[in-house]
Formats: sequence, structure tokens, C-alpha cells
Amino acid sequence: MAELFIFFEQIYKILFLLIPVLVSVAMIVWLDRRVWAFVQKRRGPNVVGPFGLFQTLADALKYIFKEIIIPASSNKVIFVLAPIVTMTLALIAWAVIPFSETFVLADINVGILYLFAVSSLGVYGIIMGGWASNSKYPFLGAIRSAAQMVSYEVSIGVIIINVLLCVGSLNLSDIVLAQKDLWFVIPLFPMFIIFFISALAETNRPPFDLPEAEAELVAGYQTEYSGMMYAMFWLGEYANILLMCAMGSILFLGGWLSPIDLFPFNVIPAPMWLILKILFLFILFALIKAIVPRYRYDQLMKLGWKIFLPFSLIYVVLTASFLMYFDLLPGN
Amino acid sequence: MSLIRLFKTVFMIDFLTGLIMAIKEIFKPKKTINYPFEKGSISPRARGEHALRRYPNGEERCIACKLCEAVCPAQAITIESSEREDGSRKTTRYDIDMLKCIYCGLCEQSCPVDAIVQGPNFEFATETREELYYNKEKLLENGDRWENILAANINADSSHR
Repeated sequence: MAELFIFFEQIYKILFLLIPVLVSVAMIVWLDRRVWAFVQKRRGPNVVGPFGLFQTLADALKYIFKEIIIPASSNKVIFVLAPIVTMTLALIAWAVIPFSETFVLADINVGILYLFAVSSLGVYGIIMGGWASNSKYPFLGAIRSAAQMVSYEVSIGVIIINVLLCVGSLNLSDIVLAQKDLWFVIPLFPMFIIFFISALAETNRPPFDLPEAEAELVAGYQTEYSGMMYAMFWLGEYANILLMCAMGSILFLGGWLSPIDLFPFNVIPAPMWLILKILFLFILFALIKAIVPRYRYDQLMKLGWKIFLPFSLIYVVLTASFLMYFDLLPGN
Repeated sequence: MSLIRLFKTVFMIDFLTGLIMAIKEIFKPKKTINYPFEKGSISPRARGEHALRRYPNGEERCIACKLCEAVCPAQAITIESSEREDGSRKTTRYDIDMLKCIYCGLCEQSCPVDAIVQGPNFEFATETREELYYNKEKLLENGDRWENILAANINADSSHR
């Protein structure tokens, strides 16, 4: 009986986390389109529901009723599996995101490694989709995407090392608590910028949206997908973006902590602060989508390997020497 | 790479300028209209949905000269005619396949009696193909419904004809 109770408690917790995440993914798609439209002096979706908030739900409903077309020459099992993998991986990572000191689904000690691993696995969904489609454009898109994600993962990894040097723990809650006095965005500002740009590349957002460059590759790895499977890719992508924003706000912007421990700020509940920070980062994502042209592929690779990686490595050395010299190493 | 260029690249000056500009643009008034609820102005020459007009006494204008049928580049118009009891030549069938039509306006130009005209209505989407095979009844009904606007448009454009 006791086991059953724990089981249901866990299910309840998971649903309590997952449903808000899915709803916010829908809202974030709306926000993205809206910001994009506003920068271009358009109105954006404003008809379905108040301010067009339910536009994504209407779109999803439309996708559900569309026929799913599976190409005859595709590898059917992998073709069907790919969007499921993308969506699942984008959602399971939320298990370790701490919303407040107590509100975290799995407070594991290697939280950041888990997050990093899951976001790296995300490339599998894309590669599987691109390969299983058995068609030119998806294949090229998948190859590009794989190369791009792997390249930028490396620099994200090194950036995370920077943060870990200052924290001395892989636990996400510890990382947030270590920023109680000073958010890492201040001492590690260049790393924050590089992290943000790498996150753009990692989630295939403009200016690094080469995998789905519509002018060259139709829609990249999504070309052969239709109906609900396409919608799952699309929702998975936005869930990933949201995850990257969450990761950025936990690593650099002090997670659920309020900027200053003063009256009007510390009344706002902790999860609200995390949500506000995620929103801030996401609006930056959306603004950047509206203003930048797409990178050329060799420029993209050059930026990743020749600039970001060496620079973040040098910064690791700098951080480590600084902490060592001033005897600020955590755990001492 | 000059020093200034290097400085600009490293500190992303151009990017930041763009970002600030984008944020400014957000608060400027919108250039687009809120379409289904708010509509743009339409020229009197707009070539929208077809209509067959009548004289004020209710007589059809069309004299079945078939010039529109002949001039139609998409061959969307089909006309059959016969003599009426009072001796005038009138159409017995006047069909326009709105799916074939390319909305070039040649039928309107060729018509000697301003019978077939293209009105300002462009919102006549339907749920089936069949509804877009317009017959004489439908076209005359359109003419009756839009007559005021059609007459005003022809009048507005008359100095250029």
C-alpha cells in the first residue's frame, strides 16, 4: 500500500511539472511569433483567444486532424520514433530543473551532467528523422544539424566547467545557492554571452538555423514529416529552447533567487523568479530571430571551433587561476 | 582586419545596435491592418468577383454578343443565346468557371453595354469546387446585390475609359 502511495505521489508530481511545461511551450510559441511580428511592425496572431494566446492550441488541433504521411522508401520504425525521441528528450530534462529550494522533481547530485547529457542526446531525434526519411533534403539537414550541435556542445561543456569551478558541485540547487551573493553573469559575463550564442546554435535557432534553412533545404530534417509528427518535432524544438533558457538562468542568472533580498523583490515566490528569467532569455531569443541573417556554414563552424572553444578554454584557465590565487576555491 | 573592425566584432557593436533598433521598432505603430475586422481601401478598378448588371427597369443588360466569351484568355465563359418572344437576343446560359478565370478584366473591357463587370468583392471562398461554377442566376444575383457600388465604380472610372 505504501509503495502504491509513493507511486501515485510521483505521478502526481510529474504531471504537476509536465503539464505546466507543455502549456508554457504552447504559450512560448505564441510569444515567439508575436515578438517576431512586433519587431517587423506586424500584428502577429491575435484572433484565437485573448491576444491570440490560444493560437498554438488551434494549430496543434489542426495538426492532429491532418493525415500522417509516411514515405514509402523510409525506414518506418525510425521515422515514427524520431519525433517521439525529440519530444521525450526535451521533456525529461525538466526533471532536474529546480524551481525553488524544495520544488524539484529529482534533486540528483549530477544534475548538470544529466541536463548536458539529455540535451546532447537531442541530436539523435534529428539525425534519426533525417536519415529515416530517405530523401535528400532531410539527410543534408540532419548532417548539418548533427555537426552543428556537436560543435557547440563542446563549448557549452567548457562553459559549464567555468561555472562548476566557482560552485564546486554538480547539483543544480547548489549551483543556484552559490549565486546568493553574486550572480555568475557578472564575473563570467563573456561566458554568459558565449553560452547564449551556443544555445542558439544548439537549438537550431536563427542565426544558426542551417538545418532547416528554408531557402536551401525546404525544411531540413522535417521535410517529410506531416501532421502530428511534425507538430511533435516543432513542440520538442520549443521545449528544448525553453530548457536552454532555463539552463542559462540557472547557471548564470541565479535561478530562483531574487536579484536583491529587499522588500518588493523577496515577496515574489521563488518559481516566479525562475519563470521571469526564462522569459527574459526567451524574449532575447525571439528578438534575435527577428534581426539577424543566417550564418554561412563555414562561418558557423569557424565560430564554434576557432573562436568559442579556445576562448572558453582560456577563460577556464583564467577562472581557475583567479580562484586558486585568491584562495576562493569552493570547499576550502 | 582593422582595429576598429576587431573592436566591433568582439564587442558585437553592430549586433547590439540592431537589437536596440528592434526593441524600438516594437513600440512603433503597426503597418499592417487587422484584416478580417478592418479592411483596406479598394480601387474602383479592382477586379474581383463577377456580376451581371441590369438596367434600372429590371431588364438584363447582356445582349449575348459573346465578345467576352471570345476574348476570355482562360476560356472560362460559356454563353448560349436565343431570341426572346419580343424579338430581342438574350442569353439562355451564362456560365463563368471562377476556377479557370484569371481575373484579367478583359470581359469587363470588351463588354459594349457594361453588363459583365468585376466588382470589389474578393471574399467569395467556398467549401466545394462546385460552388465556384457560377451560372447566370448567381451572376445576376451578384449584380443586384452590388449594383450601387458597381455603378459608382463605373462612374468613378468613366473619365479614363
